[in-house]
Amino acid sequence: MSALLEVRNVTLKFGGVTAVNDVSFDVEEGEVFALVGPNGAGKSTLFNLISRFYDPVAGDIRFAGESILKRQSHEIPGLGIARTFQNIELFDQATVLQNLLVGRHRHRKSNMWNELLFTPFVRQEERRHREAVEKVIDFLDLQPYREKYISGLPYGVRKVVEMGRALAIEPRLLLLDEPASGLSVEETQDVAFWVEDIKKQMGVTVIMVEHDMHLVSAVSDRVMALADGMKLAIGTAHEVQNNPKVIEAYIGVSDDNQQVDA
Amino acid sequence: MRTLFKTSYDTDINLFEDGRQAFWYISLIIIMAALPFLLDDFVLGEMTSLLIWAIAGMGLMILVGQTGQASLGHAAFMAVGCYANVLLQQAGLPFIIAFPLAGLISGIAGFLLAMPMTKLHGIYLGIATLAISILADDLIVILSPLTEGVRGLYAPMIEIFGVPIDRYGNPDRFYYLILAVALLVVLVYRNLLRSPLGRSFAAVRDSEVSARAMGVNIARTKAVSFGISTAITGLAGALMGHYAGIFNNETFNLILSIQLLLMIVIGGLGSIHGAFLGAAVITFLPQFISGIRDWIGGFFGATSATLPGVETAVFSAILIGFILFEPMGMYGRWLKIRTYFELFPFYRRDMFKRQKSYLKTERMR
Repeated sequence: MSALLEVRNVTLKFGGVTAVNDVSFDVEEGEVFALVGPNGAGKSTLFNLISRFYDPVAGDIRFAGESILKRQSHEIPGLGIARTFQNIELFDQATVLQNLLVGRHRHRKSNMWNELLFTPFVRQEERRHREAVEKVIDFLDLQPYREKYISGLPYGVRKVVEMGRALAIEPRLLLLDEPASGLSVEETQDVAFWVEDIKKQMGVTVIMVEHDMHLVSAVSDRVMALADGMKLAIGTAHEVQNNPKVIEAYIGVSDDNQQVDA
Repeated sequence: MRTLFKTSYDTDINLFEDGRQAFWYISLIIIMAALPFLLDDFVLGEMTSLLIWAIAGMGLMILVGQTGQASLGHAAFMAVGCYANVLLQQAGLPFIIAFPLAGLISGIAGFLLAMPMTKLHGIYLGIATLAISILADDLIVILSPLTEGVRGLYAPMIEIFGVPIDRYGNPDRFYYLILAVALLVVLVYRNLLRSPLGRSFAAVRDSEVSARAMGVNIARTKAVSFGISTAITGLAGALMGHYAGIFNNETFNLILSIQLLLMIVIGGLGSIHGAFLGAAVITFLPQFISGIRDWIGGFFGATSATLPGVETAVFSAILIGFILFEPMGMYGRWLKIRTYFELFPFYRRDMFKRQKSYLKTERMR
């Protein structure tokens, strides 16, 4: 039985810069997998590779045993991979409800013609989508914001709406790009509980890019550390945090390798 | 202030949110239907013109307001609809078949022309569509054997199941025909807004990156939006041909494209109301200006003949005013006024101000 997501020797170059350099890892079904690393390590680039925004120059990415490299980016949600964005990419001039309903696009069964006529079938489908979205709203406690426009919502709520929109896809694999960045301590705790529930109740596999090591240690089963596009270490949060190469990437080593006497 | 208690998901799916709203809109339809009995033929003709503009405006609104794609080429699609409608009728088809076919042809033309343009954004898309507008003019001249080019074509009299409909002979029937088409287009527009297709349009408008991440095929969605938009505009073009009676390559020129765009910006982007309000401005502003023209001329001791370009100047001034002070258009202003009275005295000035989202840097095209 192969892993849910297999990333094999993936390399991506932007001009002369190698953003991701020969990275391989597996993500097992049902685990929470965290990507950590300093800025510019290639974490978000890996997400963009998995969601097919970028084409790797070498390597293969397989989801549920099938290579996704021949798929286009808009076909990825259909496979069951949902993602959020680091900088919040919501539909600003739409309500929370409409944003979440766009997440249901993958499940659209009606076509242009019966939608323009709004046949009973379309209405029935709309009710079904709404029920699915209401479950997400209940899960994330978004009830007060259902009818609110995104453009008027505070940052923290937008972050949650974006997670909700990804959940509305009903994915097998959820990619969360810095779900807790810019959030308060309480909000970060909420995110920790949600990630836990997404894994346990919904059975969704989660890959998370996150800088907050408390959150990473609390929720992730395995952690992979990246620096300069290369894989440094993979293991439990504790192992990775104590890995000398990881420590070096974050705080560097002293020039002459001497211990400083305090 | 009125609070609506929603008791089922259907409340959000239905055409009207409650009986009160349905009452007002149905009243409006009844008043519109009664207009031929209330107005003289000239004003009724103006109302007919308003409705035709509104249909064209709704067509463009689907593209600009809903999908966020600019178009300066919509007059060309009005021309496609107009010529297709008349030529099909000349070929022996009755209006009731030729008219929807004209819309379909215009829609397919828009869909096909949009396909190579789906990667273009903003001003580049504007230029590409501008080219369509200019090309259409030349094409009509080049295809003279079919279109009679500069000489122009006459729109035949409409006959639906033996009932003759003529703009001058029986303006009330012509008005009812246009009203029926306008209502149908409004219904289709509303259906679009409450279905997945309309939401995918909004997704493309607000963030192409995340639309893609939600599984929306950007290129196809844009082309479909172009197709629906140009189909409706083509229908408006066909009606405008019947309204004008005679038309040639000059009828559907670039100015018309620009007027259409100005109309929906002044009316209010992204709303059906906006298309109608903008159409009202386009239709009645020239009347209003010619009314006050002599009055202004009196001050300067000049006659209207010595004040050329007043119309364009006033129109431009109104547009600049709207862009500066009310980017949400007339409908946006109306919403603000309504909210002010609904919430009185608790209205805050910044209620409709959009909170700018920071961190919008890393946009991938």
